[in-house]
Amino acid sequence: MSTNENAISSRKSARSFFGKMVRNQLFIPLAALLLLILFNIAADIFLHVETSFFKVVLEPSSAGNLILSGNLITIIDNASELALLAIGMTLVTSAAGGQDISVGATIAIAGSTVLRIVKGVSPNISGGKFAVVIICAFLLCVVVSALFGAFNGALVACFKIQPMVATLILFTAGRSIAAWINNNDNISINDVRFGYFGNFIPGIPVPTPVFITAICLGIIALVLKFTNLRLYAQSVGINSSSSRLNGINPKMIKLLTFIILGVCVAVCGFIKVSRTSSITYAVIANNIEMDAILAVALGGNNLGGGKFNLTASVLGAYVIQFLTTTLFRMKVSSSAISAYKAIVVILLIIMSSPFIRKKLADRKSRREAARITRAKAALDAGAGKESV
Amino acid sequence: MSVNTNVLGGNKLRRRASLSDTNLLLIITVIVFVVMYASAVRFLGKGFTKPQMFFNILNENASLLVLSCGMTLVMITGGIDISVGQVTSLVCMSCAVHLVNHNGNVFTSMLIALGIGLAFGAVQGFLVAYLEFQPFIVTLAGLFFAKGLTTIISSDRISVTKDNSPSFAALSKFEVTIPFLGSVNKKGIYIPAYVEIGVIVALVIVILLFCFLRWTKLGRNFYAVGGNNQSANMLGINVKRTKFIAHILCGLCAGIGGYLFFLHASSGSPLHAQGAEMNAIASSIIGGTLLSGGVGNIVGTLFGVLSLATIKNVVASLGLEDAWWTNITVGAMLCIFLLVQSLVLAGRHNKKK
Repeated sequence: MSTNENAISSRKSARSFFGKMVRNQLFIPLAALLLLILFNIAADIFLHVETSFFKVVLEPSSAGNLILSGNLITIIDNASELALLAIGMTLVTSAAGGQDISVGATIAIAGSTVLRIVKGVSPNISGGKFAVVIICAFLLCVVVSALFGAFNGALVACFKIQPMVATLILFTAGRSIAAWINNNDNISINDVRFGYFGNFIPGIPVPTPVFITAICLGIIALVLKFTNLRLYAQSVGINSSSSRLNGINPKMIKLLTFIILGVCVAVCGFIKVSRTSSITYAVIANNIEMDAILAVALGGNNLGGGKFNLTASVLGAYVIQFLTTTLFRMKVSSSAISAYKAIVVILLIIMSSPFIRKKLADRKSRREAARITRAKAALDAGAGKESV
Repeated sequence: MSVNTNVLGGNKLRRRASLSDTNLLLIITVIVFVVMYASAVRFLGKGFTKPQMFFNILNENASLLVLSCGMTLVMITGGIDISVGQVTSLVCMSCAVHLVNHNGNVFTSMLIALGIGLAFGAVQGFLVAYLEFQPFIVTLAGLFFAKGLTTIISSDRISVTKDNSPSFAALSKFEVTIPFLGSVNKKGIYIPAYVEIGVIVALVIVILLFCFLRWTKLGRNFYAVGGNNQSANMLGINVKRTKFIAHILCGLCAGIGGYLFFLHASSGSPLHAQGAEMNAIASSIIGGTLLSGGVGNIVGTLFGVLSLATIKNVVASLGLEDAWWTNITVGAMLCIFLLVQSLVLAGRHNKKK
């Protein structure tokens, strides 16, 4: 009899482990990543390509430095901005229960601010002075985007306008403001050193944006670890008025998340303009807001606010970039990429939707219940026999 | 509280109830539009005094008007559809390819437009209503899909001309003259004001949808579902079906709006109607529709579209030709509208308490 019970419980624990894994928020992005990797391995094998998708080589760049190149490096390099945005967007989504659609436009503003400062600097300025200029430009662009973030945040927090509508204002006007900052000039910076932040620093084979993103992720991880930001943001997102009754200031928290998003956007804008050393106001970071929201959704976060998982969002950002690179590898033209993306998005939402999960869980729990009653009946029957 | 007021002063309650949030926001929008247009006529003169200026605004925004009406329907039920702009682009492209490359006739091209709109509406509606996905993400996928499909069909601009399809060219050039309104040009010749056929279609749709929302049971259900999902459910309203129908209607509007855009532009290009979804959302918001659902009006949306177009024209005629000024003013106007709405609504709700 005891062995019977043991067998039941062990099977149950295995099931519950699997169930826990499926129910974990990290499951969807990780599964998507795994599928993409498997797909690429299969493509490597069946298409008989000369160089594998995963091959990373150390080779001299056009400037003569040794740099790492390969698809994997491209992915982590290009996903840097998206990962940064995913951090801020997750916090905003959690606390305000809506999304900021102005991030692309604010990136243009931040980039334009940086270029406005750096454009006057002569190219043969010494290294120390150049560092001062860059730091000033960076700080100014952080302040400017934080102010724009605070503007969005104030509309959302104080005037109770839905986030998507409030950020629609900057979405409409942002790129024009960016053009206005520089009088619509086409600026390009000739100084090679300005490009270090978006490309490679000589002597270091890993692209700089990867480091910048890693530092930012570290900072936000520390902030979440040592402050109450996570708890406060979640409680404001779940029920704003009851968290106010518990002594949290919901307006302050919402404003704070928007300012954090503004800072993330500033870093993104800095990286973006450093990549090309120039700016095109209408095109820079085009549609990145959609990708950022997608990253949050892919991470399994509820877009209506409340609980969030930052790791899942960041993973989601990398999955999106992985998908884009994979599609490029399959020779899909860049304009048609969005059609394939749509199919993947639909598949992902179907996988992660609460409806399907509930259905699965219902079926599982029903099966479980049936199994337990069956086992009990068997046990009872066994006990009956023994007593006889 | 409502019981108290009822006992103490039924009169007061009735008066307050007669001006719902929807109507209040509508009145604000209409007043702002009238003031704006009147001051444009008074201070800018020139073009604005001619009736044709007003009808040109309609001519250019017929498609946006239909798109915004569809958007309003979805927003009243508490959802959102950000795919309409790209669906417009897809409709233009498919119709252009059908007419030019396959020598199709005009009637089938209309059917294609409606079919595309209906298909997008039905699929998105099914996903949103019955599978309970988040509308933003579903329609984002729709946006991506329509965008990709448009460029897969053709990445170049395809123009429909008189040589390609004479019947279509005739239809798109068809003008309806307005009696008793017109202006005298420099040579002293009287030119009657005209509207394109698309405007007539758009206005018919506005009237139909207004009646639908105002007087049909299903239309009232839209407000109930948007206002409070659960209580609507408890009242016995089929919430899922209502949402589904809202998305189908929005899809149909996107199809019709796409065709109107095609009529006006006479060409298909992947760059058509870029950002139209955000213009449609902005028009609906200016017209007093709340994104949270339950509040909104089609007539407000009409005035929202007109206000948006008027401010663009005002900026252009002020001599600020640089493209960025238009966007900045539109953004500023949106900001002011939102603040006014927010303050007014907040004031009312405080008073009620």
